[in-house]
Amino acid sequence: MVIRGRAHKFGSNIDTDGIIPARYLNVSEPEELARHCMEDVDPDFLKKMEPGDVIVAGANFGCGSSREHAPLAIKAAGISCVIASSFARIFYRNAINIGLPLLESGEAYQRIEEGDILEVDLENGTIKDVNKGVTLTAKPYPPFMREIISSGGLVEYTRRRIKGLDGN
Amino acid sequence: MNLVERILAAHSGRSKVSPGDFIMPRLDLILANDITAPLAIKEFRRLGLKRVFDPGKIVFVPDHFTPNKDIPSAEQAKMVREFAREQGIIYFEVGRLGIEHVLLPEQGLVLPGEVVIGADSHTCTYGALGAFATGMGSTDIAMAMATGDTWMKVPETIKVIYHGRVGQWVGGKDLILYTIGQIGVDGALYAALEFSGEAVKNISMDGRFTMANMAIEAGAKAGIFEVDEKTLLYLKPRAKRPYAVYQGDNDAEYSRVIEFDVSSIEPQVSLPHSPANAVPLSKTKGVKIDQVVIGSCTNGRLEDLEIAARILEGAKIHPDVRLIVIPGSSKVYLDALKEGLIEIFVSAGAVVSPPTCGPCLGGHMGILAAGEKCLSTTNRNFVGRMGHPSSEVYLSNPAIAAASAIAGQITGPEEVIQGD
Repeated sequence: MVIRGRAHKFGSNIDTDGIIPARYLNVSEPEELARHCMEDVDPDFLKKMEPGDVIVAGANFGCGSSREHAPLAIKAAGISCVIASSFARIFYRNAINIGLPLLESGEAYQRIEEGDILEVDLENGTIKDVNKGVTLTAKPYPPFMREIISSGGLVEYTRRRIKGLDGN
Repeated sequence: MNLVERILAAHSGRSKVSPGDFIMPRLDLILANDITAPLAIKEFRRLGLKRVFDPGKIVFVPDHFTPNKDIPSAEQAKMVREFAREQGIIYFEVGRLGIEHVLLPEQGLVLPGEVVIGADSHTCTYGALGAFATGMGSTDIAMAMATGDTWMKVPETIKVIYHGRVGQWVGGKDLILYTIGQIGVDGALYAALEFSGEAVKNISMDGRFTMANMAIEAGAKAGIFEVDEKTLLYLKPRAKRPYAVYQGDNDAEYSRVIEFDVSSIEPQVSLPHSPANAVPLSKTKGVKIDQVVIGSCTNGRLEDLEIAARILEGAKIHPDVRLIVIPGSSKVYLDALKEGLIEIFVSAGAVVSPPTCGPCLGGHMGILAAGEKCLSTTNRNFVGRMGHPSSEVYLSNPAIAAASAIAGQITGPEEVIQGD
Protein backbone atom coordinates (compact mmCIF):
# COMPACT_ATOMS: atom_id res chain seq x y z
CA MET A 1 0.00 0.00 0.00
CA VAL A 2 1.34 3.41 -0.95
CA ILE A 3 0.28 6.41 1.10
CA ARG A 4 0.45 9.91 -0.35
CA GLY A 5 0.19 12.88 1.94
CA ARG A 6 1.68 16.11 3.16
CA ALA A 7 4.27 16.15 5.98
CA HIS A 8 3.50 17.85 9.27
CA LYS A 9 6.69 18.24 11.27
CA PHE A 10 7.08 18.12 15.03
CA GLY A 11 10.16 18.10 17.25
CA SER A 12 11.50 15.48 19.65
CA ASN A 13 9.85 14.05 22.79
CA ILE A 14 6.27 14.73 21.69
CA ASP A 15 4.42 13.29 24.69
CA THR A 16 1.04 11.61 24.91
CA ASP A 17 -0.38 14.54 26.91
CA GLY A 18 0.39 16.69 23.88
CA ILE A 19 -1.11 14.14 21.47
CA ILE A 20 -4.31 13.78 23.48
CA PRO A 21 -4.60 15.71 26.77
CA ALA A 22 -5.88 13.65 29.70
CA ARG A 23 -8.80 16.04 30.18
CA TYR A 24 -10.40 14.33 27.16
CA LEU A 25 -9.87 10.76 28.40
CA ASN A 26 -13.28 10.53 30.02
CA VAL A 27 -14.38 8.96 26.72
CA SER A 28 -12.67 6.40 24.51
CA GLU A 29 -14.46 6.74 21.16
CA PRO A 30 -11.77 7.36 18.52
CA GLU A 31 -13.83 10.04 16.70
CA GLU A 32 -14.22 12.02 19.92
CA LEU A 33 -10.52 11.73 20.73
CA ALA A 34 -9.60 12.78 17.18
CA ARG A 35 -11.24 16.18 17.73
CA HIS A 36 -8.44 17.05 20.18
CA CYS A 37 -5.51 15.42 18.39
CA MET A 38 -2.23 17.33 19.04
CA GLU A 39 -4.26 20.13 20.65
CA ASP A 40 -1.67 21.20 23.24
CA VAL A 41 1.23 20.91 20.79
CA ASP A 42 -0.36 22.83 17.90
CA PRO A 43 -3.93 24.08 18.44
CA ASP A 44 -4.33 24.60 14.66
CA PHE A 45 -3.14 21.13 13.66
CA LEU A 46 -6.58 19.80 12.73
CA LYS A 47 -7.25 22.85 10.56
CA LYS A 48 -3.96 22.40 8.71
CA MET A 49 -4.07 18.67 8.08
CA GLU A 50 -6.00 16.64 5.55
CA PRO A 51 -6.88 12.95 5.67
CA GLY A 52 -3.93 10.89 4.47
CA ASP A 53 -1.31 13.34 5.75
CA VAL A 54 1.78 12.16 7.59
CA ILE A 55 3.27 13.21 10.95
CA VAL A 56 7.07 13.49 10.87
CA ALA A 57 8.81 13.85 14.23
CA GLY A 58 12.13 13.57 16.02
CA ALA A 59 13.20 11.19 18.78
CA ASN A 60 11.01 9.50 21.39
CA PHE A 61 7.64 10.24 19.76
CA GLY A 62 4.73 9.30 22.05
CA CYS A 63 6.62 9.32 25.35
CA GLY A 64 4.77 9.46 28.65
CA SER A 65 1.55 7.71 29.41
CA SER A 66 0.42 4.26 28.23
CA ARG A 67 -2.83 5.67 26.85
CA GLU A 68 -3.81 3.86 23.68
CA HIS A 69 -6.04 6.87 23.12
CA ALA A 70 -2.96 8.62 21.64
CA PRO A 71 -2.50 6.45 18.51
CA LEU A 72 -6.30 6.10 18.30
CA ALA A 73 -6.67 9.90 18.16
CA ILE A 74 -3.99 10.21 15.47
CA LYS A 75 -5.47 7.42 13.37
CA ALA A 76 -9.06 8.66 13.68
CA ALA A 77 -7.96 12.20 12.80
CA GLY A 78 -7.00 10.75 9.42
CA ILE A 79 -3.21 10.67 9.72
CA SER A 80 -2.03 7.79 7.55
CA CYS A 81 1.27 7.08 9.28
CA VAL A 82 3.86 8.53 11.65
CA ILE A 83 7.54 8.78 10.73
CA ALA A 84 9.96 9.51 13.59
CA SER A 85 13.63 9.18 14.48
CA SER A 86 12.51 6.91 17.33
CA PHE A 87 9.33 6.01 19.18
CA ALA A 88 8.59 5.62 22.88
CA ARG A 89 8.15 1.94 23.65
CA ILE A 90 4.52 1.80 24.79
CA PHE A 91 3.35 4.10 22.00
CA TYR A 92 5.09 1.83 19.49
CA ARG A 93 3.27 -1.26 20.75
CA ASN A 94 -0.06 0.54 20.93
CA ALA A 95 0.20 1.87 17.38
CA ILE A 96 1.04 -1.55 15.93
CA ASN A 97 -1.78 -3.12 17.94
CA ILE A 98 -4.43 -0.72 16.66
CA GLY A 99 -3.12 -0.53 13.09
CA LEU A 100 -1.49 2.90 12.90
CA PRO A 101 1.61 2.42 10.71
CA LEU A 102 4.91 3.74 12.09
CA LEU A 103 8.18 4.20 10.30
CA GLU A 104 11.46 4.77 12.08
CA SER A 105 13.99 6.90 10.25
CA GLY A 106 16.29 9.57 11.62
CA GLU A 107 17.29 10.55 8.11
CA ALA A 108 13.68 11.17 7.13
CA TYR A 109 13.31 13.54 10.07
CA GLN A 110 16.47 15.39 9.02
CA ARG A 111 15.56 15.78 5.36
CA ILE A 112 11.79 16.12 5.19
CA GLU A 113 10.44 19.65 5.60
CA GLU A 114 7.03 20.87 6.69
CA GLY A 115 4.56 20.60 3.82
CA ASP A 116 6.62 18.26 1.63
CA ILE A 117 4.58 15.73 -0.32
CA LEU A 118 5.47 12.19 0.74
CA GLU A 119 4.83 8.82 -0.85
CA VAL A 120 5.21 6.07 1.69
CA ASP A 121 5.33 2.41 0.69
CA LEU A 122 4.49 0.53 3.87
CA GLU A 123 5.35 -2.84 2.35
CA ASN A 124 8.94 -1.87 1.57
CA GLY A 125 9.34 0.77 4.25
CA THR A 126 10.35 3.40 1.72
CA ILE A 127 9.60 7.09 2.08
CA LYS A 128 9.75 9.23 -1.05
CA ASP A 129 9.93 12.98 -0.57
CA VAL A 130 8.42 14.20 -3.84
CA ASN A 131 9.57 17.80 -3.30
CA LYS A 132 13.16 16.81 -2.61
CA GLY A 133 13.24 13.95 -5.10
CA VAL A 134 14.82 11.59 -2.58
CA THR A 135 13.77 8.15 -1.41
CA LEU A 136 14.65 7.00 2.13
CA THR A 137 14.29 3.62 3.77
CA ALA A 138 12.90 3.11 7.26
CA LYS A 139 14.20 0.56 9.74
CA PRO A 140 12.36 -2.70 9.06
CA TYR A 141 9.96 -4.15 11.64
CA PRO A 142 11.27 -7.18 13.58
CA PRO A 143 9.82 -10.42 12.09
CA PHE A 144 7.65 -11.00 15.14
CA MET A 145 5.96 -7.61 14.73
CA ARG A 146 5.45 -8.22 11.04
CA GLU A 147 3.48 -11.31 12.04
CA ILE A 148 1.17 -9.18 14.18
CA ILE A 149 0.79 -6.60 11.41
CA SER A 150 0.10 -9.23 8.74
CA SER A 151 -2.50 -10.85 11.02
CA GLY A 152 -4.35 -7.52 10.99
CA GLY A 153 -3.42 -6.36 14.49
CA LEU A 154 -2.99 -7.93 17.90
CA VAL A 155 -6.62 -8.92 18.39
CA GLU A 156 -6.65 -11.00 15.20
CA TYR A 157 -3.21 -12.40 16.03
CA THR A 158 -4.45 -13.49 19.47
CA ARG A 159 -7.67 -14.91 18.03
CA ARG A 160 -5.57 -17.17 15.80
CA ARG A 161 -3.33 -18.12 18.69
CA ILE A 162 -6.31 -19.07 20.86
CA LYS A 163 -7.76 -21.20 18.07
CA GLY A 164 -4.35 -22.85 17.68
CA LEU A 165 -4.15 -23.51 21.39
CA ASP A 166 -7.65 -24.98 21.44
CA GLY A 167 -6.79 -27.25 18.53
CA ASN A 168 -3.87 -28.77 20.36
CA MET B 1 22.24 -13.34 33.14
CA ASN B 2 21.33 -10.20 35.04
CA LEU B 3 18.33 -9.87 37.36
CA VAL B 4 15.87 -8.90 34.61
CA GLU B 5 17.01 -11.74 32.34
CA ARG B 6 16.76 -14.27 35.18
CA ILE B 7 13.15 -13.29 35.88
CA LEU B 8 12.15 -13.29 32.21
CA ALA B 9 13.86 -16.63 31.51
CA ALA B 10 12.07 -18.23 34.47
CA HIS B 11 8.73 -16.96 33.15
CA SER B 12 9.22 -18.18 29.62
CA GLY B 13 10.40 -21.69 30.35
CA ARG B 14 13.87 -21.05 29.02
CA SER B 15 17.22 -21.67 30.64
CA LYS B 16 18.61 -18.49 29.10
CA VAL B 17 17.39 -15.31 27.46
CA SER B 18 19.43 -12.49 25.92
CA PRO B 19 18.57 -8.90 25.02
CA GLY B 20 16.66 -8.79 21.73
CA ASP B 21 15.03 -12.23 22.17
CA PHE B 22 11.26 -12.29 21.58
CA ILE B 23 9.58 -14.21 24.38
CA MET B 24 6.06 -14.93 25.64
CA PRO B 25 6.40 -14.75 29.44
CA ARG B 26 3.53 -15.96 31.59
CA LEU B 27 2.12 -13.17 33.72
CA ASP B 28 1.60 -13.08 37.48
CA LEU B 29 -0.59 -9.99 37.50
CA ILE B 30 -2.39 -7.81 34.96
CA LEU B 31 -3.61 -4.34 35.86
CA ALA B 32 -5.88 -1.69 34.39
CA ASN B 33 -7.59 1.47 35.65
CA ASP B 34 -10.75 3.47 34.93
CA ILE B 35 -9.19 5.14 31.88
CA THR B 36 -7.47 2.17 30.29
CA ALA B 37 -9.77 -0.72 31.28
CA PRO B 38 -12.77 0.46 29.19
CA LEU B 39 -10.76 0.15 25.96
CA ALA B 40 -9.32 -3.17 27.15
CA ILE B 41 -12.81 -4.52 27.88
CA LYS B 42 -13.99 -3.53 24.39
CA GLU B 43 -11.02 -5.30 22.78
CA PHE B 44 -11.46 -8.36 25.01
CA ARG B 45 -15.10 -8.61 23.88
CA ARG B 46 -13.94 -8.59 20.25
CA LEU B 47 -12.21 -11.93 20.88
CA GLY B 48 -15.59 -13.49 21.57
CA LEU B 49 -14.38 -15.19 24.75
CA LYS B 50 -16.70 -15.54 27.72
CA ARG B 51 -14.12 -15.67 30.51
CA VAL B 52 -10.75 -14.13 31.30
CA PHE B 53 -7.88 -16.61 31.79
CA ASP B 54 -7.71 -16.19 35.57
CA PRO B 55 -9.73 -13.50 37.42
CA GLY B 56 -7.46 -13.86 40.45
CA LYS B 57 -4.54 -12.50 38.43
CA ILE B 58 -6.30 -9.43 37.06
CA VAL B 59 -6.80 -6.23 39.06
CA PHE B 60 -8.93 -3.21 38.17
CA VAL B 61 -8.38 -0.02 40.16
CA PRO B 62 -10.62 2.96 39.33
CA ASP B 63 -8.20 5.63 40.52
CA HIS B 64 -7.78 8.25 37.79
CA PHE B 65 -11.04 10.20 37.48
CA THR B 66 -12.54 8.99 40.76
CA PRO B 67 -14.52 9.84 42.81
CA ASN B 68 -16.11 10.36 39.38
CA LYS B 69 -15.50 13.87 38.13
CA ASP B 70 -18.27 13.97 35.53
CA ILE B 71 -20.89 11.85 33.80
CA PRO B 72 -18.61 10.32 31.12
CA SER B 73 -16.06 9.31 33.83
CA ALA B 74 -18.87 7.79 35.86
CA GLU B 75 -19.95 5.77 32.82
CA GLN B 76 -16.40 4.52 32.32
CA ALA B 77 -16.05 3.57 35.99
CA LYS B 78 -19.41 1.78 35.82
CA MET B 79 -18.29 -0.26 32.83
CA VAL B 80 -15.12 -1.29 34.66
CA ARG B 81 -17.03 -2.18 37.83
CA GLU B 82 -19.60 -4.28 35.95
CA PHE B 83 -16.98 -6.20 33.98
CA ALA B 84 -15.02 -6.88 37.18
CA ARG B 85 -18.17 -8.24 38.84
CA GLU B 86 -19.10 -10.35 35.84
CA GLN B 87 -15.64 -11.91 35.64
CA GLY B 88 -14.76 -12.02 39.35
CA ILE B 89 -11.72 -9.81 38.74
CA ILE B 90 -9.98 -8.31 41.79
CA TYR B 91 -11.56 -4.88 42.14
CA PHE B 92 -11.16 -2.01 44.56
CA GLU B 93 -14.00 0.44 45.10
CA VAL B 94 -13.78 4.14 45.92
CA GLY B 95 -13.26 4.51 49.67
CA ARG B 96 -11.46 1.19 49.86
CA LEU B 97 -8.76 1.77 47.32
CA GLY B 98 -5.76 3.84 46.47
CA ILE B 99 -3.71 4.98 43.54
CA GLU B 100 -2.96 1.65 41.85
CA HIS B 101 0.82 1.74 42.31
CA VAL B 102 0.54 2.67 45.98
CA LEU B 103 -2.23 0.17 46.56
CA LEU B 104 -0.98 -3.04 44.95
CA PRO B 105 2.34 -3.36 46.85
CA GLU B 106 0.58 -2.33 50.07
CA GLN B 107 -1.98 -5.12 49.55
CA GLY B 108 0.75 -7.69 48.89
CA LEU B 109 -0.54 -8.21 45.34
CA VAL B 110 2.88 -7.80 43.70
CA LEU B 111 5.84 -9.84 44.86
CA PRO B 112 9.53 -10.24 44.01
CA GLY B 113 10.47 -12.23 40.92
CA GLU B 114 7.07 -11.72 39.31
CA VAL B 115 6.23 -10.44 35.85
CA VAL B 116 3.50 -7.81 35.93
CA ILE B 117 1.99 -5.76 33.14
CA GLY B 118 -0.39 -2.86 33.58
CA ALA B 119 -2.28 -0.51 31.32
CA ASP B 120 -0.59 2.40 33.01
CA SER B 121 2.89 3.63 32.26
CA HIS B 122 3.86 3.80 35.94
CA THR B 123 3.42 0.04 36.36
CA CYS B 124 7.23 0.03 36.51
CA THR B 125 6.84 1.10 40.17
CA TYR B 126 6.80 -2.56 41.28
CA GLY B 127 10.43 -2.94 40.28
CA ALA B 128 11.14 -1.63 43.79
CA LEU B 129 10.09 -5.09 45.02
CA GLY B 130 12.38 -6.92 42.61
CA ALA B 131 9.55 -7.67 40.16
CA PHE B 132 9.73 -7.12 36.41
CA ALA B 133 6.85 -4.75 35.83
CA THR B 134 6.07 -2.76 32.72
CA GLY B 135 3.36 -0.54 31.26
CA MET B 136 1.46 -1.38 28.10
CA GLY B 137 -1.64 -0.19 26.30
CA SER B 138 -5.22 -1.39 26.59
CA THR B 139 -5.16 -3.88 23.69
CA ASP B 140 -2.06 -5.63 25.04
CA ILE B 141 -3.76 -5.86 28.43
CA ALA B 142 -6.97 -7.18 26.85
CA MET B 143 -5.14 -9.96 25.03
CA ALA B 144 -3.20 -10.85 28.18
CA MET B 145 -6.51 -11.10 30.08
CA ALA B 146 -7.44 -13.77 27.56
CA THR B 147 -4.20 -15.75 27.39
CA GLY B 148 -2.26 -15.03 30.59
CA ASP B 149 0.86 -14.16 28.66
CA THR B 150 2.15 -11.41 26.38
CA TRP B 151 4.89 -10.91 23.83
CA MET B 152 7.97 -9.05 24.90
CA LYS B 153 11.41 -8.26 23.63
CA VAL B 154 14.03 -8.97 26.29
CA PRO B 155 15.43 -5.51 27.04
CA GLU B 156 19.01 -4.49 27.44
CA THR B 157 19.72 -3.48 31.02
CA ILE B 158 21.49 -0.34 32.15
CA LYS B 159 22.95 -0.58 35.62
CA VAL B 160 22.99 2.64 37.63
CA ILE B 161 25.22 2.61 40.70
CA TYR B 162 24.72 5.35 43.27
CA HIS B 163 27.76 5.86 45.50
CA GLY B 164 27.89 7.76 48.75
CA ARG B 165 25.23 8.73 51.23
CA VAL B 166 22.63 11.36 50.42
CA GLY B 167 22.30 14.52 52.47
CA GLN B 168 19.34 15.74 54.50
CA TRP B 169 16.19 16.47 52.44
CA VAL B 170 17.54 14.40 49.55
CA GLY B 171 15.62 11.19 48.82
CA GLY B 172 14.58 8.75 46.13
CA LYS B 173 12.81 11.51 44.19
CA ASP B 174 15.99 13.54 43.94
CA LEU B 175 18.07 10.56 42.82
CA ILE B 176 15.65 9.70 40.03
CA LEU B 177 15.18 13.32 38.89
CA TYR B 178 18.96 13.69 38.89
CA THR B 179 19.32 10.47 36.87
CA ILE B 180 16.73 11.54 34.29
CA GLY B 181 18.43 14.93 34.12
CA GLN B 182 21.71 13.19 33.34
CA ILE B 183 20.55 10.57 30.82
CA GLY B 184 17.50 12.36 29.34
CA VAL B 185 13.89 11.36 28.74
CA ASP B 186 14.96 8.74 26.22
CA GLY B 187 18.21 7.80 27.97
CA ALA B 188 16.90 4.32 28.76
CA LEU B 189 14.53 3.87 25.79
CA TYR B 190 13.56 0.19 25.39
CA ALA B 191 15.98 -0.73 28.20
CA ALA B 192 15.56 -1.74 31.83
CA LEU B 193 17.21 0.29 34.58
CA GLU B 194 18.73 -1.61 37.48
CA PHE B 195 19.26 0.65 40.49
CA SER B 196 22.05 -0.30 42.86
CA GLY B 197 24.81 1.00 45.10
CA GLU B 198 25.27 2.09 48.68
CA ALA B 199 23.09 5.18 48.39
CA VAL B 200 19.95 3.30 47.33
CA LYS B 201 20.53 0.49 49.81
CA ASN B 202 20.11 3.17 52.46
CA ILE B 203 16.90 4.46 50.94
CA SER B 204 13.54 3.35 52.37
CA MET B 205 11.10 1.17 50.44
CA ASP B 206 8.89 4.21 49.88
CA GLY B 207 11.88 5.99 48.33
CA ARG B 208 12.62 3.00 46.12
CA PHE B 209 9.01 2.94 44.86
CA THR B 210 9.49 6.59 43.90
CA MET B 211 12.64 5.76 41.92
CA ALA B 212 11.25 2.72 40.10
CA ASN B 213 8.05 4.67 39.41
CA MET B 214 9.88 7.26 37.33
CA ALA B 215 11.99 4.82 35.28
CA ILE B 216 9.45 5.37 32.48
CA GLU B 217 10.36 9.07 32.52
CA ALA B 218 13.77 8.03 31.14
CA GLY B 219 11.96 5.94 28.52
CA ALA B 220 12.71 2.69 30.37
CA LYS B 221 10.68 -0.48 30.02
CA ALA B 222 11.25 -1.26 33.69
CA GLY B 223 13.19 -0.09 36.72
CA ILE B 224 14.31 -2.73 39.18
CA PHE B 225 16.06 -3.21 42.53
CA GLU B 226 17.59 -6.37 43.96
CA VAL B 227 15.70 -7.75 46.93
CA ASP B 228 17.41 -7.04 50.28
CA GLU B 229 16.54 -7.07 53.98
CA LYS B 230 14.41 -3.94 53.61
CA THR B 231 12.36 -5.57 50.85
CA LEU B 232 11.84 -8.72 52.91
CA LEU B 233 10.83 -6.70 55.96
CA TYR B 234 8.30 -4.77 53.84
CA LEU B 235 6.86 -7.99 52.43
CA LYS B 236 6.62 -9.93 55.68
CA PRO B 237 3.22 -8.62 56.82
CA ARG B 238 1.91 -8.20 53.27
CA ALA B 239 2.81 -11.15 51.04
CA LYS B 240 -0.06 -13.61 50.87
CA ARG B 241 1.57 -16.17 48.61
CA PRO B 242 5.06 -17.58 48.17
CA TYR B 243 7.52 -15.86 45.90
CA ALA B 244 10.95 -16.45 44.40
CA VAL B 245 13.88 -14.11 44.86
CA TYR B 246 16.17 -13.86 41.83
CA GLN B 247 19.66 -12.46 41.66
CA GLY B 248 21.84 -11.52 38.76
CA ASP B 249 24.98 -13.57 38.13
CA ASN B 250 28.32 -12.15 39.21
CA ASP B 251 29.35 -11.92 35.57
CA ALA B 252 25.99 -10.53 34.43
CA GLU B 253 26.13 -8.32 31.37
CA TYR B 254 24.78 -4.81 31.08
CA SER B 255 24.54 -2.62 27.99
CA ARG B 256 25.87 0.25 30.06
CA VAL B 257 26.97 0.93 33.64
CA ILE B 258 26.49 4.46 34.95
CA GLU B 259 27.99 5.55 38.26
CA PHE B 260 27.00 8.61 40.26
CA ASP B 261 28.48 9.94 43.47
CA VAL B 262 25.39 11.40 45.11
CA SER B 263 26.86 12.42 48.46
CA SER B 264 26.88 16.08 47.54
CA ILE B 265 23.82 16.43 45.32
CA GLU B 266 21.18 18.95 46.34
CA PRO B 267 17.45 18.35 46.26
CA GLN B 268 16.45 18.46 42.59
CA VAL B 269 13.71 20.45 40.88
CA SER B 270 12.63 19.66 37.32
CA LEU B 271 11.66 22.81 35.48
CA PRO B 272 8.79 22.95 32.99
CA HIS B 273 8.15 21.11 30.67
CA SER B 274 10.25 17.98 31.05
CA PRO B 275 11.30 15.75 33.95
CA ALA B 276 14.78 15.85 32.39
CA ASN B 277 15.06 19.58 33.16
CA ALA B 278 16.37 18.72 36.63
CA VAL B 279 18.42 21.41 38.35
CA PRO B 280 19.74 21.75 41.92
CA LEU B 281 17.26 23.50 44.21
CA SER B 282 19.61 26.47 44.66
CA LYS B 283 19.33 27.24 40.93
CA THR B 284 15.56 27.65 41.00
CA LYS B 285 14.86 29.29 44.37
CA GLY B 286 12.48 32.21 44.35
CA VAL B 287 10.06 31.05 41.63
CA LYS B 288 6.63 32.19 42.84
CA ILE B 289 4.00 29.46 42.86
CA ASP B 290 0.20 29.36 42.97
CA GLN B 291 -0.29 25.74 43.94
CA VAL B 292 1.54 22.83 45.54
CA VAL B 293 0.52 19.18 45.17
CA ILE B 294 1.84 16.49 47.50
CA GLY B 295 0.71 13.02 46.46
CA SER B 296 0.50 10.65 43.45
CA CYS B 297 1.87 7.19 42.67
CA THR B 298 5.30 8.81 42.88
CA ASN B 299 5.12 10.50 46.29
CA GLY B 300 1.81 9.72 47.96
CA ARG B 301 3.06 7.17 50.49
CA LEU B 302 3.20 7.50 54.28
CA GLU B 303 6.86 8.51 54.43
CA ASP B 304 6.17 11.30 51.93
CA LEU B 305 3.38 12.68 54.09
CA GLU B 306 5.51 12.33 57.24
CA ILE B 307 8.28 14.38 55.66
CA ALA B 308 5.83 17.07 54.54
CA ALA B 309 4.17 17.17 57.98
CA ARG B 310 7.51 17.64 59.74
CA ILE B 311 7.95 20.85 57.81
CA LEU B 312 4.31 22.01 57.97
CA GLU B 313 3.79 21.40 61.68
CA GLY B 314 2.80 24.65 63.34
CA ALA B 315 3.30 26.60 60.12
CA LYS B 316 0.86 28.41 57.87
CA ILE B 317 0.70 28.05 54.13
CA HIS B 318 1.47 31.24 52.22
CA PRO B 319 -1.73 33.25 51.59
CA ASP B 320 -1.22 33.12 47.80
CA VAL B 321 -0.75 29.33 47.66
CA ARG B 322 -3.18 26.40 47.58
CA LEU B 323 -1.67 23.22 49.02
CA ILE B 324 -3.38 19.98 47.99
CA VAL B 325 -2.34 16.84 49.89
CA ILE B 326 -3.43 13.50 48.44
CA PRO B 327 -2.79 10.37 50.50
CA GLY B 328 -2.04 7.57 48.03
CA SER B 329 -4.45 5.03 49.50
CA SER B 330 -7.10 4.55 52.15
CA LYS B 331 -4.46 2.89 54.31
CA VAL B 332 -2.01 5.78 53.88
CA TYR B 333 -4.88 8.16 54.72
CA LEU B 334 -5.78 6.24 57.88
CA ASP B 335 -2.16 5.89 59.00
CA ALA B 336 -1.63 9.61 58.42
CA LEU B 337 -4.75 10.33 60.44
CA LYS B 338 -3.56 8.17 63.35
CA GLU B 339 -0.16 9.86 63.30
CA GLY B 340 -1.79 13.29 63.44
CA LEU B 341 -0.49 14.28 59.99
CA ILE B 342 -3.90 15.14 58.57
CA GLU B 343 -4.49 17.58 61.41
CA ILE B 344 -1.14 19.22 60.70
CA PHE B 345 -2.04 19.64 57.03
CA VAL B 346 -5.51 21.04 57.63
CA SER B 347 -4.31 23.35 60.43
CA ALA B 348 -1.63 24.70 58.11
CA GLY B 349 -4.30 25.57 55.57
CA ALA B 350 -4.02 22.64 53.17
CA VAL B 351 -6.86 20.72 51.61
CA VAL B 352 -6.71 16.94 51.92
CA SER B 353 -8.13 15.05 48.96
CA PRO B 354 -9.34 11.48 48.82
CA PRO B 355 -6.86 9.07 47.20
CA THR B 356 -6.93 9.74 43.44
CA CYS B 357 -4.57 10.48 40.56
CA GLY B 358 -6.61 13.68 40.24
CA PRO B 359 -4.51 16.72 39.35
CA CYS B 360 -1.36 14.76 38.41
CA LEU B 361 -2.74 14.19 34.92
CA GLY B 362 -5.02 17.21 34.84
CA GLY B 363 -8.08 15.16 35.75
CA HIS B 364 -9.65 17.01 38.68
CA MET B 365 -8.96 18.10 42.29
CA GLY B 366 -6.65 21.00 41.47
CA ILE B 367 -6.55 21.96 37.81
CA LEU B 368 -4.41 24.98 36.91
CA ALA B 369 -5.68 28.13 35.19
CA ALA B 370 -3.81 29.86 32.36
CA GLY B 371 -0.35 30.99 33.42
CA GLU B 372 -0.45 29.43 36.90
CA LYS B 373 2.59 27.71 38.36
CA CYS B 374 2.53 24.58 40.49
CA LEU B 375 5.26 22.76 42.41
CA SER B 376 4.29 19.13 42.52
CA THR B 377 5.64 15.84 43.85
CA THR B 378 4.15 14.05 40.83
CA ASN B 379 6.06 12.58 37.89
CA ARG B 380 5.38 14.62 34.76
CA ASN B 381 5.47 18.30 33.92
CA PHE B 382 4.61 18.19 30.22
CA VAL B 383 2.73 21.08 28.59
CA GLY B 384 -0.87 21.10 29.86
CA ARG B 385 -0.28 18.11 32.16
CA MET B 386 -2.10 19.69 35.13
CA GLY B 387 -4.46 22.01 33.35
CA HIS B 388 -4.28 24.94 30.95
CA PRO B 389 -1.59 24.56 28.26
CA SER B 390 0.03 27.79 29.45
CA SER B 391 0.27 26.62 33.08
CA GLU B 392 3.59 25.33 34.38
CA VAL B 393 4.53 22.41 36.61
CA TYR B 394 7.78 22.06 38.56
CA LEU B 395 8.64 18.66 40.07
CA SER B 396 10.27 18.06 43.45
CA ASN B 397 10.33 15.87 46.54
CA PRO B 398 7.74 16.34 49.36
CA ALA B 399 10.11 18.30 51.62
CA ILE B 400 10.76 20.97 49.01
CA ALA B 401 7.05 21.02 48.14
CA ALA B 402 6.01 21.56 51.77
CA ALA B 403 8.62 24.25 52.40
CA SER B 404 7.67 26.06 49.20
CA ALA B 405 3.98 26.01 50.15
CA ILE B 406 4.90 27.96 53.28
CA ALA B 407 7.23 30.37 51.51
CA GLY B 408 5.01 30.98 48.47
CA GLN B 409 8.01 30.37 46.28
CA ILE B 410 10.33 27.48 45.56
CA THR B 411 12.61 27.06 48.56
CA GLY B 412 14.22 24.49 50.87
CA PRO B 413 13.07 23.34 54.33
CA GLU B 414 15.94 25.06 56.15
CA GLU B 415 14.52 28.41 55.03
CA VAL B 416 11.16 27.84 56.68
CA ILE B 417 11.79 25.59 59.70
CA GLN B 418 12.14 27.73 62.79
CA GLY B 419 14.22 26.90 65.82
CA ASP B 420 16.29 24.19 64.16
